[in-house]
Amino acid sequence: MRTLRLIKVAGKSIVKNKMRTLLTMLGIIIGVGAVIIMVAVGEGAQSQIQEQIQNLGTNMLVITPGASTTGGVSQGASSFNRLKIEDAEKIRNESAFIAGVSPVIFTRTQIVGGNGNWRSTIHGVTTDYPLIRDWELTSGRFFDASEERTGKKVIILGATIAENLFPDSDPVGERVLVRNVPLVVIGVLERKGQTPDGNDQDDVALAPILTVQRRLSNWNFIRQILANTYSPDDIEEAQVELRAIMRESHGLAEWEGDDFEIRNQVQLSEAAEGTTEVMTMLLAAIASISLLVGGIGIMNIMLVSVTERTREIGIRMAIGARGSDVLTQFLIESIVMSIFGGAIGVALGFGGASLLASLTGWNTVVNTETVIVAILFSAAVGIFFGFYPAKKAASLNPIDALRFE
Amino acid sequence: MSETPPVILVSGVRKTYIMGKTKVHALQGLDLTIRQGELVAIMGHSGSGKSTLMNIIGGLDYPTEGSYFLDGIEVNKLGKNELADIRNQKIGFVFQGFNLLARTSAAENTELPLLYDRTNRIKNHRKAAIKALEKVGLGDRVDHFPNELSGGQQQRVAIARALVTEPSIVLADEPTGNLDSRTTAEVMQLFQELNEQGITIIIVTHEGDVVRYAKRVIELRDGRIIRDEFQEPDSAADNLAKLIAEQEGEILEEKTADSL
Repeated sequence: MRTLRLIKVAGKSIVKNKMRTLLTMLGIIIGVGAVIIMVAVGEGAQSQIQEQIQNLGTNMLVITPGASTTGGVSQGASSFNRLKIEDAEKIRNESAFIAGVSPVIFTRTQIVGGNGNWRSTIHGVTTDYPLIRDWELTSGRFFDASEERTGKKVIILGATIAENLFPDSDPVGERVLVRNVPLVVIGVLERKGQTPDGNDQDDVALAPILTVQRRLSNWNFIRQILANTYSPDDIEEAQVELRAIMRESHGLAEWEGDDFEIRNQVQLSEAAEGTTEVMTMLLAAIASISLLVGGIGIMNIMLVSVTERTREIGIRMAIGARGSDVLTQFLIESIVMSIFGGAIGVALGFGGASLLASLTGWNTVVNTETVIVAILFSAAVGIFFGFYPAKKAASLNPIDALRFE
Repeated sequence: MSETPPVILVSGVRKTYIMGKTKVHALQGLDLTIRQGELVAIMGHSGSGKSTLMNIIGGLDYPTEGSYFLDGIEVNKLGKNELADIRNQKIGFVFQGFNLLARTSAAENTELPLLYDRTNRIKNHRKAAIKALEKVGLGDRVDHFPNELSGGQQQRVAIARALVTEPSIVLADEPTGNLDSRTTAEVMQLFQELNEQGITIIIVTHEGDVVRYAKRVIELRDGRIIRDEFQEPDSAADNLAKLIAEQEGEILEEKTADSL
């Protein structure tokens, strides 16, 4: 009841000095607002990168040729290519976790057709490929199992190639020449955008692996085997299982090291997430400094206020206020001001984040956690920076305070 | 007089301040008894020790030596918090220069001591404040702010604030310090009325104008009582009527002078 009355007294004092209150709160408002906007930008970037990684293919495992060791000297990654089509088939037949598997061969060459020609990379893949990469088509269709088996002369163009060779028309049904081999365009891939490291994923064309091996390329090494699991939770087990199958397929003895490498997207996304997390923390840390400065502002004004109100404190003490009553009153004043300032700062943060999003097109995400932390932090600032002035007020001698002019 | 119980019992009180290397003896062994229902003026020049005495009687300061009983409680043995409670419940302060909180209504100013009353004996703060304001004749100014009130009215709000906790004594420090003679008479009339209702009032002052309204005059010099006598007080009401008549006469004269 008494505390309630003291809160009321503090509230009145805050309302009575509107200008002083506003100036005091300004620091906290800007501080909290800045923290929320900065974290929103950081989180936004993080979720955008997360989305891009998802775009690379969900639940995907990538097997690449490993380092070979010749007489104890490592030849580095991909130095000895032993990936085979049979590896992929063995995985398809034996694995319990793998939903789809596709060996991939690359050939970099000129594609001629439509408007002119375009240099790009043609991937020889299997019918599982769109499933593994989670890649849809915007028009046409993917090749089917019989086209794969027979090595039909068909090609599916990535969005970048389609735009450059056929800017005004649907390329499906058109013919393109690759190394003088005519291929029929049967589909166009959906746009996937850039990878986090800036590669254009859409500057690519897909063809049945046999077509690429037999007709387009004389370089028949399998560059990678892509596989995907039924569920993202299986990634770790699938990786272990895949390793066992690969070792068996390659007939490796107990003492021999792996001649291949298996990587998953989780590792990639973790690395990217770590980077953006560091960025978010950095932004939050910079913004926190302004919150700290805001707190010092509160202490400043409260100290001035104690001096200015020395006579008031003297009266209150003379008519029976204990030191603790005065302490409580001043502490409540600074806490109420900082919490109010924090709340206004949260509103400002929300507004600023969405304004920034609409002006720059950045992705911004304000999460509840940040808001709660910001408000708690501003209350803590109020207590911490309000305590010294309140203590000073409470320890005044009523006789001196009354005589103070 | 001697049949009423003593409210204030000061015996052998000394107060010594240490200022740098010199010791200042503000009070040098002071004995004083004030009984219920008295209207006492304590006077003396600056440096006579009257402020020090007021601070000790008011529970704002401790004596260096001697004892002080207020309403049978040995105040000089109390801790800081108990002393604050004594000030709250047993003493009504009226300060020089009103000392009202700005931008705070008369009623809220009057309520202020109840905020710190830990006994909670008065439940409805606003009702008690209005009652106290009515007692000082400001029942129609309850929600006015100090800057909307005259000097005399502000001092009456301060007196209402002193009365709201129904204290044992009202302790006024130069209550007419900044007031003209007419307003001084107004305030003193109020003190005399309150005293007639049985409230013990102690006024610390250096103005002779105030002293003549008191029933008892105590004069201090160099930390000692040099005069302590009872007197027949002037009636502040009569003096006020006289002052008003004079002022109106002056105004009347001015008016007739203007019209000639």
